Order: sequence, then C-alpha cells, then structure tokens
Amino acid sequence: MRVVQDEATLAALMTAALDGDEAAYAQFLRRTAGFVRTVVVHRIGPGGPVDAEDLVQETLLAVHLKRHTWRRDRPIKPWLAAIARYKVVDSFRRRGVRAEVDIADFEEVLAAPQAETVSEREVDQALAALAPGQRSVVSAITVEGRSIRETAASLGMTEGAVRVSLHRGLAAIRSRLGRTDR
Amino acid sequence: MNTDDLIASLASDPRPRAVPPGRALALAFGLALPAALAVFAIALGAPRPDLAAALATPAFATKLAATLSLLLAALLLLPAMALPGARTAPRRLALMVPPALLALAVGAEIARLPGEAVMPALLGSNALVCLVNVPLIGAAPLALLLLALRQGAPTRPAAAGLVAGLLAGGIATAIYATHCTDDSPLFVATWYTLSVGILAVAGALAGRRWARW
Repeated sequence: MRVVQDEATLAALMTAALDGDEAAYAQFLRRTAGFVRTVVVHRIGPGGPVDAEDLVQETLLAVHLKRHTWRRDRPIKPWLAAIARYKVVDSFRRRGVRAEVDIADFEEVLAAPQAETVSEREVDQALAALAPGQRSVVSAITVEGRSIRETAASLGMTEGAVRVSLHRGLAAIRSRLGRTDR
Repeated sequence: MNTDDLIASLASDPRPRAVPPGRALALAFGLALPAALAVFAIALGAPRPDLAAALATPAFATKLAATLSLLLAALLLLPAMALPGARTAPRRLALMVPPALLALAVGAEIARLPGEAVMPALLGSNALVCLVNVPLIGAAPLALLLLALRQGAPTRPAAAGLVAGLLAGGIATAIYATHCTDDSPLFVATWYTLSVGILAVAGALAGRRWARW
C-alpha cells in the first residue's frame, strides 16, 4: 500500500525525470495523482463541490508546468504539498467556494511517520478485515492507483458510492491501525 | 480526459525548459537597477551636489542604511516567495530591520529637536517630489520583478507581489535618497514609507492578478 510516499523515492524519481527519464516521470506523476486523490477524496470530499478527479488533473498539470521550481537540493514533499494545496484552494475559489484548506492536510498524507511502523502485513490484515465491497474499492484506489471513475466503472458502482466506500474503508483501516483522524 | 492519459502525455515531456525562478529574479534585478537609474536621471538629473559631505552625517547615513536594508531584505526574501514549499519565516524577519532602524532614529530625532521644530522636519521641503518620484523610479523594477515572479510558482501571489513592491521600493528609495536633501528621520519615516507603501500595494494587487498560475 503506497498511500504514504517516501521522500527519497519521490526525489529520485523527479531527479531522473528532470534529466529526461520518461518512465520515472510517469511513475512520479502517478504517485502524485494518488497522493492528491487521497487528500482530496478523503479530507475535502466526498460530496464536495469539486470533482476530485478534476482537481487531481489540475494539480498534475500545475506540477508539470512548474517542475522547474523544484530545486534538487530541497525536499520534494513540501514542494508537492504546497502546489497541491495551492491548486485545491485556487480551484475552490474559481468555482466560487470559499475553502480553508490547511497545508497540514497535505503534509499529513505525504508525511510518513507511520511508514516504518506499519508493515505491509499489517496493512494486508487491515485490508482483509474490511467488508468485501470496501476492500475492492480501497485496494483499487490506494494499491493499484486507479481513479474514482475507473474504479466505479470496473466495479459497476456509481462514483458517489465509490467515494463513500473509500472513505469508510480508509476510516476503518485507520482505526484498526490505531491512528486517529484529526 | 482520463487521468492516466493525462499522465502519459505529460510524461512524454519530462525535461523542463523554463528558467528557474531564482535565475529569472536575478536577471530581473539586474535589469531593474539600470532601468531605475535611467528614470532617475531623466526625472531628477543627478544626486545632490553635497553628496560626499552628506555621507558623513548620521542622518543621511541612517537614511541610506534604511533604504539599503529594505532592498537587501526584500532581495533575500523574494526568491523564496516564488518557490512552493520554501521556508520564508527567517527571511521575513529581516524585513523588520528597516522599520526598526527608522523607529530608533525617529526616537532620537524627537528627543533632540525642540518641539516646534518637529513638524517642519517631518514635512520637509520635498515631500511631494519624494511621493511622486519614488513610485516613478520603482515602476520599471516592479514590472520586471513581477514578470520574473510569473516564471516561478508563488503559492501566495499577493504576498509575493508585495515583496516585489518592497524590493522595487528599496531600489527606488536608495537611488532617490542620493538626490533628496531632507535627511531628518522624521521625513524619511513618513514620506519614504508612504512612497514604498504605494509600490508595495501596487505589487500586491498586481501579484494577486498576474502572478497566479
């Protein structure tokens, strides 16, 4: 499960990308998409005024257009979190919705204090403990990195139902792993 | 568009071509100085004739120190404003140096001057010249710095524009100070601050509008 991203991997991928490695760049963008999706769906949505996938795409585009503003000697996660936050706030504003989005929401998802303490096995156990419907949704989105839309199509659900399932599934995993949602 | 398709199309173009914001801002600053000097030469001509003697007086030295410290503090802070996720807190603190310097100098000046001399020192003889010429000299630097900011990714566009306005104000007042014969800290704290404020507000408004991305 790669909800949590580690700094060194992300930085290495982006460094390779800036040197012209298309595969590394694609992987970096997929991870970024997963990260933004997690924040947006699970912190701001579901049922928010903005389509989560639109926000994911706007953020990816911004990361792409501003990739020259990351300096290789600087940590990449604060950079990514700041761009994602800016795009989320900006797109809420353009849609006429006032949004107070805390940078901590982004850094929390990116930050990996639990990365070392939660083993793959624990995550697998937590996933296994979910109801089957939730499990397929959570694993499609967080493990396989699919979008809400794709997951809805492949599971024959509405996008709204996928969001609700994801939200509940993640909440269940969190409480099982003993973390509290702020 | 499907997100995977978007990723595929973005990933086919990994190398950035744009200039890093630090370099863009350095270039803008490099162009801003001659531009400001040219406007100064056209609008006001030359520095005051007694410049060398004035440099030795505490009042003039304080005036120059206040403008140059503003220039330096804003110059240090601005690149960080164009980089997402960069820490700006320690550099923001440096912006407190010029007002602190002026506050001390104003305190000393008020203590030194007899009561009836305070208002004339504050009003000086060039208030309007200062208020018109500082924004005039700072306009081209501000425009250049805003253009460079657009190359970056300021996540707080209005604040970034404000810092650009402060830098333009630092450049303009440092140059204008060599011409201006009102050296009293009371004059500087009032009219220099107001004229820098005009550039800062203009920068914030322009930043909010044009530094978005």
